[in-house]
Amino acid sequence: MTTGVDLGQPQAQSVRSDEDVVRVRQLVRAVAVSVKLSLVDQTKVVTAASELARNTLVYGGGGSVEVTVVNNGRRNGVQIVFADSGPGIADLDLAMTDGYTSGGGLGLGLSGSRRLVDEFQIETSAESGTRITVTKWSR
Amino acid sequence: MERVPILKIGDILLVSIQLDMSDQTAVALQEDLAQRIVDTGCHGVIIDITALDIVDSFVGRMLSTIASISKVLDAETVVVGMRPAVAITLVELGLSLNGIRTALNVERGMELIAAAHADELDYQLDDEPDAETATP
Repeated sequence: MTTGVDLGQPQAQSVRSDEDVVRVRQLVRAVAVSVKLSLVDQTKVVTAASELARNTLVYGGGGSVEVTVVNNGRRNGVQIVFADSGPGIADLDLAMTDGYTSGGGLGLGLSGSRRLVDEFQIETSAESGTRITVTKWSR
Repeated sequence: MERVPILKIGDILLVSIQLDMSDQTAVALQEDLAQRIVDTGCHGVIIDITALDIVDSFVGRMLSTIASISKVLDAETVVVGMRPAVAITLVELGLSLNGIRTALNVERGMELIAAAHADELDYQLDDEPDAETATP
């Protein structure tokens, strides 16, 4: 399928405040609409982005988000990278468990957002912080 | 920071969230609403989320907290107008919105609050031993 979407031009948004989390949601929504995700898929990817951007702010001490239109040869998708240089996640398996939180949240951010996207990749270390890449494909 | 307006209609406080709230705005709404319940003595709170295109775990938790706070302050909370895509996403996210009553629209929300309040009044007046016991 050929569409007029601009492939491979990442759009960046720094995450330093509450308002930036709102901006991340708006940016992800705009890109999700441009690759023609269904309404439910738009809602899912924007919700996941909201959770992960908040994690970047609250647990990572701030960082950046990059949103890119990607194509796997058959479908377009939205890829979002959340990067921070915070303390990293000590026990990743535990952090991915529903209901576990090291902060005051509900413990659904990581585990829940993984369910809302098609691909979810996480790299974390105490030295270089946390980098989460998620992708949602159009159907 | 933007604030969400709270309208009083009879015995009900109506909150229609029309903006993409920052977390601070959500927390402020919680506090403003608690204050307005005490100031007005209203017995019902309707939160209209028709305009919200997502409800993430933070907003979900805010809704649960508002419901609990209002309960303690003798007011019933009903969340109305959730979009289907939001409902689907909430369930997949794993959020159960514990303790929250929902209705499809404001009108039904108002009926629900009126019924709940009437039940409560019946229950309080109902002190005769032979009277039929109303099930809650």
